Amino acid sequence: MREVDPRTKFSRRFLLKAAAAAVPTAAIVSATGLSIDDAWAEGGVLEPSTMKTLVKVARDIYPHDFLGDVYYIAAIKPWNDKAAADPQVKAMLEDGVRRLDQDAKDRHKTTYADLGWEDDRVALLRGVQHTDFFNKVRSDLVVSLYNQKELWPKFGYEGSSAEHGGYLTRGFNDIDWLPKA
Amino acid sequence: MAQFGQNDDSVVVIIGSGAGGGTLGNELAQKGVKVVILEAGPRTEIQDFVNDEWESFSQLAWTDARVSSGSWRVAHDFPNLPAWIVKSVGGSTTHWAGASLRFEEHEFKVASAYGGLHGANLLDWPITKADLDLWYEKAENKLGVTRTNKIPGLPGNNNFKVMEAGARKLGYKEVHTGRMAINSEPRDGRGACQQIGFCFQGCKSGAKWSTLYTEIPEGEKTGNLEVRPNSHVAKIEHDQTGKVSGVVYFDEKGVEQRQKARIVCVAGNSIESPRILLNSASNMFPDGLANSSGQVGRNYMRHMTGSVYGVFEKPVHMYRGTTMAGIIRDESRNDPSRGFLGGYEMETLSLGVPFMAAFLNPGGWGRTFTSAMEAYPRMAGMWLVGEDMPQETNRITLDAEVKDKHGLPVANVHYDDHPNDIAMRNHAYRQGAAVYEAVGATVTYPTPPYPSTHNMGTNRMSEKARDGVVNKFGQTHDIPNLFVSDGSQFTSGAACNPTLTIVALAIRQADHIATAMQRRDI
Ligand SMILES: Cc1cc2nc3c(=O)[nH]c(=O)nc-3n(C[C@H](O)[C@H](O)[C@H](O)COP(=O)(O)OP(=O)(O)OC[C@H]3O[C@@H](n4cnc5c(N)ncnc54)[C@H](O)[C@@H]3O)c2cc1C
Ligand code: SF4
Repeated sequence: MREVDPRTKFSRRFLLKAAAAAVPTAAIVSATGLSIDDAWAEGGVLEPSTMKTLVKVARDIYPHDFLGDVYYIAAIKPWNDKAAADPQVKAMLEDGVRRLDQDAKDRHKTTYADLGWEDDRVALLRGVQHTDFFNKVRSDLVVSLYNQKELWPKFGYEGSSAEHGGYLTRGFNDIDWLPKA
Repeated sequence: MAQFGQNDDSVVVIIGSGAGGGTLGNELAQKGVKVVILEAGPRTEIQDFVNDEWESFSQLAWTDARVSSGSWRVAHDFPNLPAWIVKSVGGSTTHWAGASLRFEEHEFKVASAYGGLHGANLLDWPITKADLDLWYEKAENKLGVTRTNKIPGLPGNNNFKVMEAGARKLGYKEVHTGRMAINSEPRDGRGACQQIGFCFQGCKSGAKWSTLYTEIPEGEKTGNLEVRPNSHVAKIEHDQTGKVSGVVYFDEKGVEQRQKARIVCVAGNSIESPRILLNSASNMFPDGLANSSGQVGRNYMRHMTGSVYGVFEKPVHMYRGTTMAGIIRDESRNDPSRGFLGGYEMETLSLGVPFMAAFLNPGGWGRTFTSAMEAYPRMAGMWLVGEDMPQETNRITLDAEVKDKHGLPVANVHYDDHPNDIAMRNHAYRQGAAVYEAVGATVTYPTPPYPSTHNMGTNRMSEKARDGVVNKFGQTHDIPNLFVSDGSQFTSGAACNPTLTIVALAIRQADHIATAMQRRDI
């Protein structure tokens, strides 16, 4: 069977296209080797600490240990612009993060982002899972994370296939482990 | 290409260019009838299609406002997306997977076959399977359905092979790569399937039948068909005698236009078609057009649906190749001993990573969810589709508050599962899981229904005017020159996918309309 190479390949054209469209895609972040901390260096209406917590929240909602932070950063980053455009969104995010930090302080005497075990952080998220904050962040994330083309190969998904002539000669029926019928 | 004047009152106006409208338009044009198709969406051609789920969704899907209510899970998971259907020339035949099956005989006679089922508004169709078989033949030939007309079946892809192996182990007998409106070999000027795997995103090879690049250009070639894209019909107008006289629509710029008509045929799919009739209420018809029975918008059916994904130790790559070319038909019979009436089909299905994330378990998160996502390359998938029971209270109404960009009240889609639907779904979930477990699935996921892709029944056919909206030719009981030409005519939904039946009815209706016009009956 033809398996999928999980290494992401960035074509130069893709990078240029992404850069031209000014989308903060993971491709750009990872190609330039940004870390969580410098990802926010360019500023924005949300404090770097708020963004940092949101990125942690994103990983805790959809934890994939084979994904670097870049993908979660790319998924969360658009909130900065949405918060800039709408003070209610800004307040919702800041209040949500403040509540998580407060809960972390009450139960564990530390901040959400510094809480060591995922299980403990997830317990705090369960406490807010019916809030508007959680629902908005999660429902946005399920698209903004999984719709990044660069992470598809890591899930064994090959994306667009028409330009390769489909799978007619590329393994549409290459399964070789089934019991004989 | 024809262009007709807006004051030309000799034309037949068809609202919608999908399976029903596109087919009817071409059939009438071939018979020399002048036709204007008004289509709300843009004209998106094969070269514009993209192999990208969300991008294609925003390119083709109907995303104008709709609201939903009822106890069905879709109203909770996707309150503003009760249905996944298309707004583009070709309608949902751009998105569709191509599964093309005939109804069974008993499925035209549900009132007789199922008896009085509490809460269900069962009615026999005014036509039988025998009445429709001739038209099914024409439809299968038009669509180039595999396993009919000596057209070979499609080759099975990985996803099918897993399902087939499991089905054989369970002892299922009727298992094959489906009757598909997808070329397994070149036919009708279109090539064979390239196993691209994006059937839901518009087939880039043209192997799959869609009115967009078959019926519509063929009709246009006759000089009798004009298709006007970006033309959203607001309402149908009538004269003092109560006959329809034309339609009001908004053009691309949002400017109100009027097209006169000798006959109007509504084919906007089962949510928009009743919405148009209801939005056309007048002094003479205060409850909406063709609604003397009060049945316009009622008996909304969307099929019992659900999916099962099975995870295996080794790779499957289910997304490679034709999305839905695989079926198990053994459960489609009516066998009340299973604890429900009617039957269901099991059909292969695959979603890409973006849609899998959105639809596997809407609202789900955490490690249970991500471990399912990480199993993606080792997953096989099937869709469960079965007959749901028509209920009077499952209905399309005009929402009292929400309006679209033209100021028209939007559709509210209300649906409650009937206990029969729930019993059938649970049975189907168990059997689907068993199929995969038989060949070593380590985990299976019973996935809830997606927004409705099959929408039916909201202007149903009936023998008597008091029981339904249209007669056996889709002509409204109340207004002789007003027709319904899409799946909203369905009196019941059957177990199988609806489009072949929509097309068969459209071909039959064209024959009826052309003859009646010649005889000057209408
Ligand atoms: C993802 C997917 C997969 C599917 N797979 C299958 C399958 O395998 N087999 C099967 O049998 N069926 C399948 N279907 C269902 C199939 O697509 C529909 O049954 C069929 O297309 C319905 O035909 P229709 O003519 O009623 O409506 P449509 O094909 O939806 O066409 C309606 C058209 O009317 C237009 N319209 C609506 N309102 C207005 C207005 N006010 N003014 C102007 N135009 C308007 C719409 O924009 C649209 O283009 C699938 C559907 C989807 C979404
Ligand atoms: S798999 Fe076949 S039918 Fe589906 S999109 Fe590709 S070529 Fe078209």
